[in-house]
Amino acid sequence: MTSTHAIEAEHLVKHFGDTVAVDDVSFVVPEGSVLGLLGPNGAGKTTTVRMMTTLTLPTSGTARVAGHDVVQEPDAVRRSMGLTGQAATVDELLTGRENLRLIGQLYGLDKGYISRASEDLLERFSLGEAGDRIAKTYSGGMRRRLDLAVSLIATPPVLFLDEPTTGLDPRSRVELWEVLRELVADGTTLLLTTQYLEEADQLADNIVVIDRGTVIAEGTPLQLKDQSGAAALVVTVSEARDLEAAEALMRPHVREMHVDHGARQITAPAEGLGHMTRVAGIFDESGIVLDDIGLKRPSLDDVFLHLTGHRAEDAEADAGSDGTSSTDQSKEAVR
Amino acid sequence: MRTLERPEIRQTGLMGQSWSIARRNFLHIRRMPEMLLDVTIQPVMFVLLFAFVFGSSIAVDTPAGYRAWLLPGIMAQTVAFASFIVAVGLTADLEKGIVDRMRSLPINSSAVLVGRSISSLAHSSIGLVVMSLTGLLIGWRIHTGVPEAVLGYLLLLGWGFAMIWVGIWVGSAMRSVEAVNGVMFATMFPITFLANTFAPTDQMPTVLRFIAEWNPISSLTQSVRVLWGNDQPLAPGAAFPMHHPIPFTIGWILLITAVVAPLAIRTFRRRTAS
Repeated sequence: MTSTHAIEAEHLVKHFGDTVAVDDVSFVVPEGSVLGLLGPNGAGKTTTVRMMTTLTLPTSGTARVAGHDVVQEPDAVRRSMGLTGQAATVDELLTGRENLRLIGQLYGLDKGYISRASEDLLERFSLGEAGDRIAKTYSGGMRRRLDLAVSLIATPPVLFLDEPTTGLDPRSRVELWEVLRELVADGTTLLLTTQYLEEADQLADNIVVIDRGTVIAEGTPLQLKDQSGAAALVVTVSEARDLEAAEALMRPHVREMHVDHGARQITAPAEGLGHMTRVAGIFDESGIVLDDIGLKRPSLDDVFLHLTGHRAEDAEADAGSDGTSSTDQSKEAVR
Repeated sequence: MRTLERPEIRQTGLMGQSWSIARRNFLHIRRMPEMLLDVTIQPVMFVLLFAFVFGSSIAVDTPAGYRAWLLPGIMAQTVAFASFIVAVGLTADLEKGIVDRMRSLPINSSAVLVGRSISSLAHSSIGLVVMSLTGLLIGWRIHTGVPEAVLGYLLLLGWGFAMIWVGIWVGSAMRSVEAVNGVMFATMFPITFLANTFAPTDQMPTVLRFIAEWNPISSLTQSVRVLWGNDQPLAPGAAFPMHHPIPFTIGWILLITAVVAPLAIRTFRRRTAS
C-alpha cells in the first residue's frame, strides 16, 4: 500500500442511468503537489471528486487516496482527506467556532486539540473576530474560508476542493489562492476542480482537462500552452480608422489574420521574434501609429478552445443546446 | 516542505457521533426558537380553538367533558407531526450539502439519521410537556395510576418514533423544503383529522366512520384516552380496533416501522450516493 502518489484515479467510470457522467478518467497526483481538474459545467468534475471522496461509488474503475482504495477502505480514505464541496457547506445557524467544533468532534479529535486548532484556523483565515458570530451573517468569501477551515480541522494530508472560488469576488478569490498556496507549502496535496483557466494556471502544478466525462489533455500549464501551437502576433493601432490600412499592410507578411474592431487589434500567427521585428519595421515607415505590438503566448483559454473546439465560457450555452450534456449539467447542479 | 503535525483521529461510536449531530440540531432550536412553534403555539391554539369554539357543540360522555377528551387527540396529532420536523430538517441538510459533508467524515453514515431521530424525539417530548401543562390549566387530568400514565406517554413517543421513519422517507425523496411542506400538509392534516382526534366517530357517516375507526391515529388516541381515564363508553357498532386499541397501537408502530424504515433507508442511500 506504499505509494508516492497521494491520489490515483484508475479508469474511473460513472453512469447515471443512460447518462455517462465520467468515462474512463485516470490520473495521478504526486504527494505535495496541486492538480487542477479543469473543465466546463457538466464535464464530470464534481462526479469525479465525489467518487474519489467516497460519496458515490464508481460504476467501474477505482481510485486511491493516500494509498487507500476508495471502494475497499472508504473509512481510511475519509480519515486521510478533507473535502470542500461546491456550495459552502457550513451550518448557517452555528457560529464559526461551533462549526469547527462539530466537525472536530465527529472526527473524534481531542477536546483541547479542537479548541487550539479552531483558534489557529480562525486566525489564519482572518475569521478571528467573526468566530463567535453565526455563519448566516458571514459574507460569501468568509463562508468559503470557514468551509475550508472546517475541512482542515483534522489536518488531512489530502484536500479536495470542488470549485473553491466559484461565486467569489476577485479580491476574495486572490485571498483564497494565497491560503491554498500556504497549505501546499505545508505539504498538503491538493486536487481542485475549476472552470477558471486562470485559477488552474495560478495554482496547479499539473492540469487535467476534462470535457464530457473524458480526459482530453493533461500536463503542466506550460506544456498545455505549447500544445495549442505557436504564439500570436498582436498589433494594436491607436486609431480605429487606421485598421484597414494596417490590415492591407500586414497581409503579405502573415499567413492569416484576425481583426478585432472593438479592440483595434489584428492577431496573426507569429513565426518567431524576427517575424515580429519585421512587421514592426513595416509600420515604422507607414505613418500608422501603434499602441502596441507584441507576442502573446496562448492562454489556457486558447488551449481549451484548441482542444474542445469551444470556449470554456461558452460551454454552458453550448451544453444547453445539446440534449445529453444539459441533463449532465442539471445533474451536477442538483448534487 | 514542512511536515505538519497530524492529530490523532480516534474511533468514535455511532452513539457519540449521533449525539454530536443531535446537539447541533438543539443549537438550531436555540438560535431559531420559532422552530418550536409546531409543538407549542400550534397545538395550544388547537386545544383552545376546539375546546372553546367547537367544544360546546360536540357532546362527549366523560366526567371531565370535551376538553379532557380532546387533549389525547391533539397529543396524538402533535407526535404524528414529528414526521414533518424530521423531513424538513433532513431535506434542508441534504439541499445545503451538510449531509455530504458528514458523509465525507470517518463516521458511521447512520449517525446523520440517528442524530436527527434523537432531536426529533426531544422535540416531540417538548410538545407533550406543553400539551400536558395546557391540559392541566383547562381541566384535563390523568384519572388512573402511574403505570397507565407512563404507558400512555410511551405509546405517544413510540408513535413519534415510527413517524420519524416516515419523515426520513419523505425528506430523502423530496428535493426542497417547500415540497416537503406541501406533501406533509396534504397528507398529515387529513389523516390526523379523519379520526377520533377531535370529534367522536359515532356521529360520522358510515363510510367515514369506518375509515376513521380503522385509522391508526384513532387507535393511538383511543389507547391514551383509555389509559388515562379520558375515554367515553364505546358507541355501539364501533370497529374492531376501538375495542382493542393498545395492541393495535403497538402493532401499528411495529408495522409502520418495519415497512417504512427499510424504504426510508433505501431512499436516503439512493439520494446521497448519486
